[in-house]
Amino acid sequence: MSTMIKYEEKDLKVVGTRPLRPDGVDKVTGRARFGADYSLPGQLIGKVLRSPHAHARIKSIDTSKAEALPGVKAVVTRDDFAEMPVEFALSGELTVNFHDVTRNMMAREKVYYDGHPVAAVAATSESIARKALGLIEVEYEVLPHVIDVLEAMKPDAPLLHEEQYTEGVTPRPDKPSNLAKRMVFSRGDVEAGFRQADVIIEREFNTKPVHQGYIEPQACLASYTEDGQADLWTASQGHFVIRSQCAKVLQMEVSKLRVMPTELGGGFGGKNNIYNEPLAIALSRKSHRPVKMVMTREEVFRATGPTSGANVRIKMGCTRDGRITAAHAELNFQAGAFPGSSVAMAAMCTFTRYDLEHARVVANDVTVNRPKVAAYRAPGAPIAVFGVESVIDEMAKKLGIDPIEFRLRNAAREGTQTYYGPKFGPIGYVQTLEQARAHPHYSAPLGPNQGRGVATGFWFNIGSETSSTINVNEDGTVTLMIGTVDVAGGSRAAMAMMVAEELGIDVDKVRPIIGDTSSMGFNFITAGSRGTFASGMACVAATRQAIDKLRQRVAQIREVPVEAVLWKDGHAVPAGGEAGQFAPMSLADVAKVAGRTGGTIAGHAEINAQGAGPGFGTHIVDVEVDKQTGLIKILRYTVVQDVGKAIHPAYVEGQLQGGAVQGIGWALNEEYVYGDDGVLQNPGFLDYRVPVASDVPFIDTVIVEVPNPNHPYGVRGCGEVPIIAPMAAIANAVENAIGIRLCEQPMSPPRVLKAIDDAAGAKA
Amino acid sequence: MARHHVTATVNGDAVEFLCETHQTLLEVLRDELRLTGTKEGCGTGDCGACTVTLDGRMVCSCLVLGVEAEGKAIQTIEGMAVGRDLHPLQQKFLEHAALQCGICTPGILVAARSLLERNPDPTASEVRYWLAGNLCRCTGYHKIVEAVLDAARELRGN
Repeated sequence: MSTMIKYEEKDLKVVGTRPLRPDGVDKVTGRARFGADYSLPGQLIGKVLRSPHAHARIKSIDTSKAEALPGVKAVVTRDDFAEMPVEFALSGELTVNFHDVTRNMMAREKVYYDGHPVAAVAATSESIARKALGLIEVEYEVLPHVIDVLEAMKPDAPLLHEEQYTEGVTPRPDKPSNLAKRMVFSRGDVEAGFRQADVIIEREFNTKPVHQGYIEPQACLASYTEDGQADLWTASQGHFVIRSQCAKVLQMEVSKLRVMPTELGGGFGGKNNIYNEPLAIALSRKSHRPVKMVMTREEVFRATGPTSGANVRIKMGCTRDGRITAAHAELNFQAGAFPGSSVAMAAMCTFTRYDLEHARVVANDVTVNRPKVAAYRAPGAPIAVFGVESVIDEMAKKLGIDPIEFRLRNAAREGTQTYYGPKFGPIGYVQTLEQARAHPHYSAPLGPNQGRGVATGFWFNIGSETSSTINVNEDGTVTLMIGTVDVAGGSRAAMAMMVAEELGIDVDKVRPIIGDTSSMGFNFITAGSRGTFASGMACVAATRQAIDKLRQRVAQIREVPVEAVLWKDGHAVPAGGEAGQFAPMSLADVAKVAGRTGGTIAGHAEINAQGAGPGFGTHIVDVEVDKQTGLIKILRYTVVQDVGKAIHPAYVEGQLQGGAVQGIGWALNEEYVYGDDGVLQNPGFLDYRVPVASDVPFIDTVIVEVPNPNHPYGVRGCGEVPIIAPMAAIANAVENAIGIRLCEQPMSPPRVLKAIDDAAGAKA
Repeated sequence: MARHHVTATVNGDAVEFLCETHQTLLEVLRDELRLTGTKEGCGTGDCGACTVTLDGRMVCSCLVLGVEAEGKAIQTIEGMAVGRDLHPLQQKFLEHAALQCGICTPGILVAARSLLERNPDPTASEVRYWLAGNLCRCTGYHKIVEAVLDAARELRGN
């Protein structure tokens, strides 16, 4: 059974204001404790030995010399973990297969990428642990490797998985290949649609893998005791899912493992999965000591994340008056070492902003010798949308139609049937386009070598399993227990605000706490922009249950029927009419006598939230291209987005600004660079260049609020949409600045210069 | 292996510690002195999360050896608030929502204080270039720059 709470319009006292975040003082004073800030008495330090090869068979592992080193207390390898059958589970927006999870955390038959874990050591100091890694002898049979997605799809490409036969094609292929799965999403008759077109444009796009780039490397601390119980502190986006996955691969009962969420130093999809956690527990199990494991930045780059690099082909046709008649896409995504990229999500987001009668997307999930990809903020959507929004801009220009006007003529609205499944309810896409067109940015003058670009994005947003508890304390204050990690955006504040609004009390009377896995029911990961939507719904449901109990208690105390008691502005008051009169009681009044009138008052909700509202955004960017150096400078940037309802507008602005700047980094600088040997050449922030403060301007934001009918306050979720449009918006701006369309990301100075030279050569 | 005996001050308090030659000031602060407010994001001087001051000079504590702190005055995030009073930068970061996950915040606050000590009236561009050594992946820097400019205004008394 699923839960939805209908939206009701009402006067708001707390929701929509900007109180200070409850985790704020701890974060500005250095008190906040992140993954690496936890320690236990007697703890050991764990380190991981990683593959130096992109692809190799492991012939033998000899750990005897490492084990003999004084100070080394435990070593684990593949022999310490059980074989896992094929079994799928949701992990954030992607699906994991335990057969692969156990191989990704510790190589078994083969290593599949540079950085793949081969062994782990726990020792009394980090220096001893590092020394021990050097004493482990691994004999490899190096195999040919493949890094590029199109190379990997060729029939004679080096093969990662001998048992992998492409799913989704009939008949079943007679040979294994790196193409793990093919999916097709289709509506109408695309060929007929192209026959109706006056203009057809077909282009090919390539993007590089980029890392989520959270500033906090993965860190965890595990303590396994002699009676088989374990405690784990870890910086993740979903401690309940970390518990499930660790219990599964370690063959533990779920109740024996308690996971404490630490403050999370950024995740963006990259901290949905287990990496060191099961190794730390296994090392603790073997050594009978707590084990702490913190990744280096190099390990983060080599073995966690990133998102897929991809090859994308887009073909679209439209009539002379700018009506799209057909759209076709082929998406080829790198999955990394194991199947399961975000290509299916990307396929469903490719054309979804438009009302299309004829559309088809073919999605290919391809294994290559790179780290297994992880979700990254609107997983996959920016890659597909880069191509589509570039082609749309080209069509609009060819027809002499303003790019926003062109999008408006084709825009999805309430009632639009998507090509992948649902029909849209109320959505705010058109509003974002109209507000972008009306924004002063859109008509501001531009100088030489400057150009303006527009692009748009769509993301589903999700609900899923969520639990929450509120406890009314004896003085009338409230403790709110949340089970979804606050992944930085301030969802703790938003949840406390909704609870305060429901109860009719000040928000500083509500203290929100992220509970550990033993304190409440299961909570899915904070992913899919679901935190404030789903957990907010659970908090409201828990609060309404507590309010019902408060009303019953007051009815009992005042000796009136419960129907006579209304909860209003923090007080139980007479409902009016013939229901009966009584002296009102405040929340504090009831709390004070709760113990002796029947016990403390609490509210719980254990729900599967459904009815997430799709989010849409329109971005405008101005760039200046330096033709001498190839540098693209972002001059001005505006994000217009429908968020349903901004519970805390400053934190929503922060999501829009932060997402846009991550997108700018993806567009301009970030990429994984591999050598011919399949080894990652830039595993550090010096050579993998994320945007710094001087790279970007202020990011103007316009919040559009078209309420989601399936959330009590109209929330849609807002964190992912803003990263989708930047790549395309910037490429469109560059085309308008210098007349050259860039179809390769990132648009770094060497690529821009080459494109300028190629264009000059073509003219000469 | 012999450990070095080092005497220094941290946030005005005298401290003594033992460290191995290779241990960085960051490791000493976090692991020996248990001051975990200073963060490690990269260990190679690229992210600024470990920013502290050493005799008033801004440094990445991951690029300074523990032994180099001998006789020096170290200032960390833990010393920024005075008693109950947050530093105006800390207060403005809260008011402007200039932090999200908060892992970069200690380093950025220490760096921003260092800027305002040298330049009490920076332009937005000067703030951006001064903080270019401090990575933030959450905020897009917009609200950080606003908070620093507002704190500068308050510190100047207008």
